[in-house]
Amino acid sequence: MSAADYEVTIGLEIHVQLATRTKMFCGCETSFGDDPNTHTCPRCLGLPGSLPLPNAKAVHFGLMMGLALGSKIAPRSIFHRKNYFYPDLPKGYQISQFDEPLCDGGELGGVRLNRVHLEEDAAKLNHAGGTGRIQGSDASVVDFNRGGTPLAEIVTEPDITSAEQASEWLRLLRVTIRQLGVSDVNMEEGSLRCDANISIRPKGQAELGTKTELKNMNSFRFIERGIKAEVARQVAIVDGGGQVTGETLHFDPRTEAITSMRSKEEAHDYRYFPEPDLVPVVITPDMIEAAKAELPELPLQREDRFIALGVEPGAARTLSWRPELGDLFEAELATDGSQPKALAALITNELLKRIGDGEVTDSKAAPGSLAQLVALTAAGTVSSSGARTVLDTLFASGGDPAAIVEAEGLTAMGGGDELTPIIQAALDANPDVAEKLRTGDMKPIGVIVGFVMKETKGRADGKEVTKVTRQLLGL
Amino acid sequence: MIDAKQVLHVARLSRLELEPGEVEQMATELSSILGHIEQISKLDLDGVEPTMHVVPIDGGLRDDEPEPSLPIEVALSQAPKANAEGFIVPSPQA
Repeated sequence: MSAADYEVTIGLEIHVQLATRTKMFCGCETSFGDDPNTHTCPRCLGLPGSLPLPNAKAVHFGLMMGLALGSKIAPRSIFHRKNYFYPDLPKGYQISQFDEPLCDGGELGGVRLNRVHLEEDAAKLNHAGGTGRIQGSDASVVDFNRGGTPLAEIVTEPDITSAEQASEWLRLLRVTIRQLGVSDVNMEEGSLRCDANISIRPKGQAELGTKTELKNMNSFRFIERGIKAEVARQVAIVDGGGQVTGETLHFDPRTEAITSMRSKEEAHDYRYFPEPDLVPVVITPDMIEAAKAELPELPLQREDRFIALGVEPGAARTLSWRPELGDLFEAELATDGSQPKALAALITNELLKRIGDGEVTDSKAAPGSLAQLVALTAAGTVSSSGARTVLDTLFASGGDPAAIVEAEGLTAMGGGDELTPIIQAALDANPDVAEKLRTGDMKPIGVIVGFVMKETKGRADGKEVTKVTRQLLGL
Repeated sequence: MIDAKQVLHVARLSRLELEPGEVEQMATELSSILGHIEQISKLDLDGVEPTMHVVPIDGGLRDDEPEPSLPIEVALSQAPKANAEGFIVPSPQA
């Protein structure tokens, strides 16, 4: 069988560091990039006799996430100890949530959620030996600055069926959380981390195959490539008559190799039990109201609103999934709301092309000038190709669109009279094209339009050229 | 109830090294403790909420206000092995 004969089933577990000032269970400041071990105390070092106390802001952020993701908020939830030995965990257990999480269920972008719960982050292990890689070094240095940072863990149901969908959905989740303002969701700095549970089964088979867990992929590209590599590995095993082993895997983006991290069976024997040092977290109606009051418009809601304005769905998605583009769109629309569809198209096609991998702020276009350019185009003052030239200038140095049209001689040409001699010249220069057009085969009309655009420096309107050409040929 | 295999499994999860004699001893002692606890299952506890805390208190949240952290030299002072940056441990993968 080939890859096409298998169905892929993916569930994601996402850890998000919450943007609180202090840690989950102590008053040490959360930090990134500070000198190691400068944000520790007896509680986050797990010293005997110290007691945890949950951060109210982390609970508040958790509630905001749960409400935004359509989860059921538990009126009372409890913390559990998740026991395992690893040097990044000073107490020998992580305080997490188990069967009574803060938020139960939910849904985002067609993918069902199992839960959202709160827990504490582990410390950071720096592996001696220079390369920074785990293998091959025999000593590690533990930095407890990160240990105890509040995390929200979001677990999806296995509703994702391809690597591409996984990466696309994660983008949606990331921008949704970013809009909520509860995390800076920076994958490079590790404030958003993703594990994927992956299995395959022959098409039509009801029961799911054995899953493997691919750990800690820290960019969208790695997630897509990692999942693809793991699916290919599983297909090869099953095709060869073998069986997939349930295990935790590590994807090396450099070599694309997948290696086993540890025996999953043993590592997952966490012996959860209720954390005796903490009382249940009771969510009052006031706390829910406070979280609701801070919910912003979410990307999917914004997308729907843009579509209702007449914006093309693809453009609406780009604008709402890149909030800074959406903000620009709305600011421009506030100056002239007459052409939402064309304005959205200008921003998501032409402006975005000029921004490339840069930032929206790279554009020097003055506020309102994009809307003005769209209005000039709609009024026929400048052709669409002329408008692109104007945008080049707006992007590079700003200015007034109408003045640029004037200064660069981009005023759109009127119809017939002005165009007729140029089109005639185009037909004369391309007799074979003229012949084909005469027979009603309009395919080579592009040659004529191209000739005219070149002659007029893009001031002509393509539709008008076609119209006049037909008139000249008596069609 | 608890056999030698289970004892060795839990010992490994707890990073404990047991002598062969201790395995038998642990199996006996753990079985006896579990047996004691299991007496509860003889009771009719339908509709009784599990008691997780003997004191019925709820809430207990802390404001998100920073408190001073330990100076690094104090934090590291208890470590069996440390350098200027942190706690040195055997690499878990070595």
